[in-house]
Amino acid sequence: MQYLSEFANLLIPLLLLLAGYGAGRLAERRHYRSILRREEELSDLIIVICKTLPASMPASDTRLVMGSVVVSVDYFKRFVAQLRMIFGGRVHTYESLLDRGRREALLRMQKQARALGAAAIFNTRFETSSISKGAKNNIGSVEVLAYGTAVIP
Amino acid sequence: MITSTLESVPGRAITTHLGIVQGSTVRAKHIGRDIAASFKNIVGGELRGYSELLSEARREAFERMVQQAEAKGANAVLNVRFTTSSVAQGASEILAYGSAVVVE
Repeated sequence: MQYLSEFANLLIPLLLLLAGYGAGRLAERRHYRSILRREEELSDLIIVICKTLPASMPASDTRLVMGSVVVSVDYFKRFVAQLRMIFGGRVHTYESLLDRGRREALLRMQKQARALGAAAIFNTRFETSSISKGAKNNIGSVEVLAYGTAVIP
Repeated sequence: MITSTLESVPGRAITTHLGIVQGSTVRAKHIGRDIAASFKNIVGGELRGYSELLSEARREAFERMVQQAEAKGANAVLNVRFTTSSVAQGASEILAYGSAVVVE
């Protein structure tokens, strides 16, 4: 009986790792495909970090736009990251998480600007915060916010 | 009310500066969303419940800032910034701030 429970103790994390690896990879690949497709669609809506508009640019109206997303890593990636934290170095698994979050937030902001008929977004800022910081086993979800000023010609 | 992350409104001069305006809100996530999110934590991906919660909270903070600006008699808020900080485990504060001005 005791062996059985010990076996289960070992098996459950292993199953979670496998599930996380499989589902996480699929989800990430699908997400990247959708990101690339939408980036292509919105590529004519330029995002600028500058504060001042060029004098030649027509601007009848300016509007604040924002986009945000909360994104989380899977169980497998979290495990890999925890291993990495023993030795230090680049944590690839979290890099892709943040990359996905940033690009998704930008796309949502662009979508909002496009709906307003904007030609460009000026003074764009990013804001990143980790959700559920400090909760055990819960590191690995971040909120990314992108905001800026949509310039409507 | 014009809100912008720029320092000026293109083509319109600022006539009066009315100082800083801000709006904030502290939100805790509720347990149902938390359970759903912990499942999602296994497979990864977007946590929709939290995305909605935070954008709703941000809208409220933003509205409060705009209300404060209206109370001061402003017609624009410039240089708007957002910040988020976690106050306690599971609760975060969202702040929106900017400078209230009167433009032509």
